[in-house]
Amino acid sequence: MAHEANDVFDGLKEIIVDETGLADDAVTGEKSFSDDLLIDSLSMMTIVTLAEDKFGVEIPDDAVKDLATVQDAVDFIVGASA
Amino acid sequence: MTGLGATTPLGGDVPSTWAALLAGVSSVHTLDNTWAEDYGLTCDFAATLKTAAAAVLTRQEVRRADPSAQYALVAAREAWADAGLGPRPGGVVDPERLAVVMGSGIGGIQTMLDAWDTVRERGARRLMPLTVPMLMPNSASAQVGIDLGARAGAHATVSACASGAEALVLGARLIRAGFADVVVAGGAEAAIHPLTLGSFGKMQALSTRREAPETASRPYCVTRDGFVMGEGAGALVLESAEHAQARGARIWAWLVGAGSASDAYDVAPPDPSGQGQLRAMRQALAEAGPAAARVAHVNAHATATPAGDGIEARAIVDALAEALGSREAALQVPVSATKSMTGHLLGAAGAVESIFAVLALRDRLAPPTTNIVELDPAIECSVVRDSPRPLPAGPIAALNNAFGFGGHNMALVFDSA
Repeated sequence: MAHEANDVFDGLKEIIVDETGLADDAVTGEKSFSDDLLIDSLSMMTIVTLAEDKFGVEIPDDAVKDLATVQDAVDFIVGASA
Repeated sequence: MTGLGATTPLGGDVPSTWAALLAGVSSVHTLDNTWAEDYGLTCDFAATLKTAAAAVLTRQEVRRADPSAQYALVAAREAWADAGLGPRPGGVVDPERLAVVMGSGIGGIQTMLDAWDTVRERGARRLMPLTVPMLMPNSASAQVGIDLGARAGAHATVSACASGAEALVLGARLIRAGFADVVVAGGAEAAIHPLTLGSFGKMQALSTRREAPETASRPYCVTRDGFVMGEGAGALVLESAEHAQARGARIWAWLVGAGSASDAYDVAPPDPSGQGQLRAMRQALAEAGPAAARVAHVNAHATATPAGDGIEARAIVDALAEALGSREAALQVPVSATKSMTGHLLGAAGAVESIFAVLALRDRLAPPTTNIVELDPAIECSVVRDSPRPLPAGPIAALNNAFGFGGHNMALVFDSA
């Protein structure tokens, strides 16, 4: 099922906020998971697992390392669900 | 001992738990689910936490910790604040002189079983990455150690229903051997689940009094038919005398004797001779020195199993007869079985009941043992029934016992401050 980029962003933001406790407005598209949001690799895997579940897509482990920013992840999920 | 913390079926902290205990409140209730019907359980009641950990912790803390570790965090933070040690982590304590000992009887069983459901039903890809650090039995110890900034060691005692008391035994020994100045020690358990209810039921260790759950936990009663499962956590701040006095800390009581002995008899029932329990009590009383002769209260393990209560009661009388100089004196010491109100907190029981023993010394009140319809004539101890019994003024000491499946016997002696 295809997802709209806006919906994916909102859903992903919810997962990130839930996992990290960051403020809602701290999570924007250009933010880097590791450098800006200080998300470590296990937290990233948690977010990926929850996102796969939420959007019904598969994000292979070797694709995760290329997801530098929140927008990268949104684009990947939209592409994978197209 | 300078700090106390707990979350129990009677209350979300130490003051509310202690007030309910003195009032003789029962925390046992029929579970709000269909487990008994769904799985054919003989027991559909337990003592669940009064205040959910999620009401106290952040959402992120709850997500990253098994319930047992969540309860441990709640109790340890209360104990830390009660001791006046300052902001976490670290506070006024040198982190390299601060240790944690947090035991659990069963560990992260809810995380483990949920994760197994996930693997079986949806495949390994759906597992959460923190599954192993959440289910491991040292999880509570690690979480508390991180939260408090303890760098002198974070230990996990695992000795079934003696785990929380063994944490205090180990904590006292760490301080006496010079490995730490401050130890936050206790136990945590979150194991109310159809698997544990079913398994304890199969051993005929659990009460099946489904028609009257609030009075099902009946230590020392002729009608007792097993224990009632509870959950929660207790934590105590142990501090060397030098450290506590140097910072002018308020001292609740002194842990003056810590005994540990094993039955080498069976993986489940205690040695019917009670010799292992007696050895643990003797060891603790010997270490207590002059305080042993002023033991004026016992918080017993007394889980309300038909065999267990009597074995322990005989061993208590034997141990106190030696410590107090006569059997007559031993038979006068007020004995409380507080599991009648809290249920059995398994790996947390020894810690929570040590807190009760300390508070009994502070307030000079032995808590009641409720639900005794008719006292078992085989119990010779002076059981405190129905309402609290005043304890004498002046220096007095209290004994707390905790025993676990596998023949793990712990005894602790506390001296009034």
